Amino acid sequence: MRHIISVLLENEPGALSRVVGLFSQRNFNIESLTVAPTDDETLSRLTVTTIGDDRVVEQITKQLNKLIDVVKVVDLTEGEHIERELMMIKLKANNGTVRAEIKRTSDIFRGQIIDATQNTFTVQLVGSSSKLDAFIEALSGASILEVVRSGVSGVARGEKVLSL
Amino acid sequence: MVVRALKDEGVEHIYGYPGGSVLHLYDALFQQEDVKHVLVRHEQAATHMADAYARATGKAGVALVTSGPGATNAVTGIATAYMDSIPMVVITGQVMSHLIGEDAFQETDMVGISRPVVKHNFSVQRPEEIPTIIKKAFHIAQTGRPGPVVVDIPKDMTTPTDRFEYEYPKNVKLRSYNPVSRGHSGQIKKAMDLFLGAKRPVILAGGGVVIGHASEELRELVNLVNVPTTNTLMALGALAGRDKHNLGMLGMHGSYEANMAMHHADVILNIGARFDDRVTNGTDKFCPTAKIIHVDIDPASISKTIRADIPIVGPAKNVLEEMLSILKASKKQLDAEAMKSWWEQIDEWRGRHGGRYRTDDSELMKPQQVIEMLDTITNGDAYVCSDVGQHQMYAAQYYKFNHPNRWINSGGLGTMGFGLPAAMGVKMNFPDADVACVTGEGSIQMNIQELSTCSQYDIPVKIICLNNQSLGMVRQWQDMNYESRHSQSYMKSLPDFVKLAESYGHVGMKVDKYSDLEGAMREAFAMKDRLVFMDIAVDPYEHVYPMQVPRGAMRDMWLSKTERT
Repeated sequence: MRHIISVLLENEPGALSRVVGLFSQRNFNIESLTVAPTDDETLSRLTVTTIGDDRVVEQITKQLNKLIDVVKVVDLTEGEHIERELMMIKLKANNGTVRAEIKRTSDIFRGQIIDATQNTFTVQLVGSSSKLDAFIEALSGASILEVVRSGVSGVARGEKVLSL
Repeated sequence: MVVRALKDEGVEHIYGYPGGSVLHLYDALFQQEDVKHVLVRHEQAATHMADAYARATGKAGVALVTSGPGATNAVTGIATAYMDSIPMVVITGQVMSHLIGEDAFQETDMVGISRPVVKHNFSVQRPEEIPTIIKKAFHIAQTGRPGPVVVDIPKDMTTPTDRFEYEYPKNVKLRSYNPVSRGHSGQIKKAMDLFLGAKRPVILAGGGVVIGHASEELRELVNLVNVPTTNTLMALGALAGRDKHNLGMLGMHGSYEANMAMHHADVILNIGARFDDRVTNGTDKFCPTAKIIHVDIDPASISKTIRADIPIVGPAKNVLEEMLSILKASKKQLDAEAMKSWWEQIDEWRGRHGGRYRTDDSELMKPQQVIEMLDTITNGDAYVCSDVGQHQMYAAQYYKFNHPNRWINSGGLGTMGFGLPAAMGVKMNFPDADVACVTGEGSIQMNIQELSTCSQYDIPVKIICLNNQSLGMVRQWQDMNYESRHSQSYMKSLPDFVKLAESYGHVGMKVDKYSDLEGAMREAFAMKDRLVFMDIAVDPYEHVYPMQVPRGAMRDMWLSKTERT
């Protein structure tokens, strides 16, 4: 099963490599990974999506908690949560029919064309990973030049917060 | 500043080897007398000495090595300590900070290389933070589940002309590191409830009991409830080897009775053992009728390989104390009838003498006889520092430790070459104790250069070398799994160990016959101030038994070359 794990991490040199190293060392899988500083500059927030059975995910959270630089860990998928991913996708758009079709599809998905040249469109789309997948699927007629995805960020719904 | 911090931490001995990037530190060491440095002949030995010091005393050992090859040579020793949860602080030199990343002479990314085998590591960025980092290193190494910590110090951080305010912190607090100090009372109560309802209980003690200084509490518990008790390789001596409750070691080369008792148990109280693969055999067939209570200071060790029915996260000592107070206050007791028949069953297993060696089919000395002689002569009180292989298993099976912290071996990583430096680290700190290095002719040659260190510092350990002229454990597996094709497990051109020892100024002895063994060994241990290298010829065809059948249940064992359960 897919899990989204959020981690508060000391914003120290080498802290990220400890997390990444742990995953490869223990044969855990990483689907996506995002990391950036928070409003508290001493802390980074990291979101990792991974696939594994309950035993593996339990080990992942426990082993992450053991790292000295890790302050807090939560498995967002254990409760109600919101996930978002940003994608920029560059498409070949060199004739009127294709351009119209891309525009229509991205409107349906609430995407925005953020760059256009004579031959290309770049569409920006924000949503859950499955929505981004569906968009790519829907564009199967168009020719994709480049896909850039940010990886998943997530937050718990309601009053639950991950902070110090 | 580094040396002063070590002194303020109470460090008496450090083990190391100088080199370019640590010369400032060595100059500082030269100019003081509180911290004594021991010069080894290879950095791996420095880490093993520090590690063994920690295993025997419970305090973190300290090693100091230079950058590049000095640091990489230390990695095996760091990994050895990591796998066995041993507190250790390793200070590694680093090239000057402006050269880092430029492939400078003797540069290596030690923080990166050591990352998977340390509890934590630090890279010093500013000289004024050295005292705090050293304090943090000791704090992290020695608390919670202990482990090695590396402190990487670029050479320009120790420039003697740079002066800073020095204050060694009394305490450090890390917001992201708060090891548990006690177990959850509710869980402990639940566990004791389950335990007292058992009809076939077994207590399993692991390394956490030894490292967590909880042997006394374990012994009290075992005597109070009169329950059969087994231990992992890491917990020999937690319960006295001659205690009537002691079933001996369990697992791959565990005793017949320990493995049978585990298999048939209905409740297993595991204190400080992490259920590793050498203990559980096939996890899907592991102890089918047992409910598991698992006490461990590391939550990640619980339900990692074997699911716990009642998990308790906490230090062995505290949890055992709470268990004892519950049991003493409890009206409920173990069912006396059930316990009587459980002990009868256990005594019957004991009576079958599964896996006991035989002396009648060969004229050669059996390795087990040598260990039994060592046990007799030292009365179960010696520090036994083992290398890795068949001799390690014989020592674990046949030496009956009266005390904890005296069985010093590389259990998790299985590091050949550990034994001699480990024995040296123990002997230097316990000069009056009998310290034996049980080894083989393969293992001893992996750090034999340390005989020279022994001459320099007069370290009179006794080396008990079980010489079977082959890499015995490899050979045993080749016999059992590869139709006796002995690929690269036979050592030609062994040195004359007697002459070799003598060339370093030590005493060498060669023993070929069992009838000479007792006299020779007594003579060796009587030479209190001499290192004695006993080269003892043993049967090269002997195998270690019992041996569990791979991926089978606990009870599936080979008991000899021809008998199976």
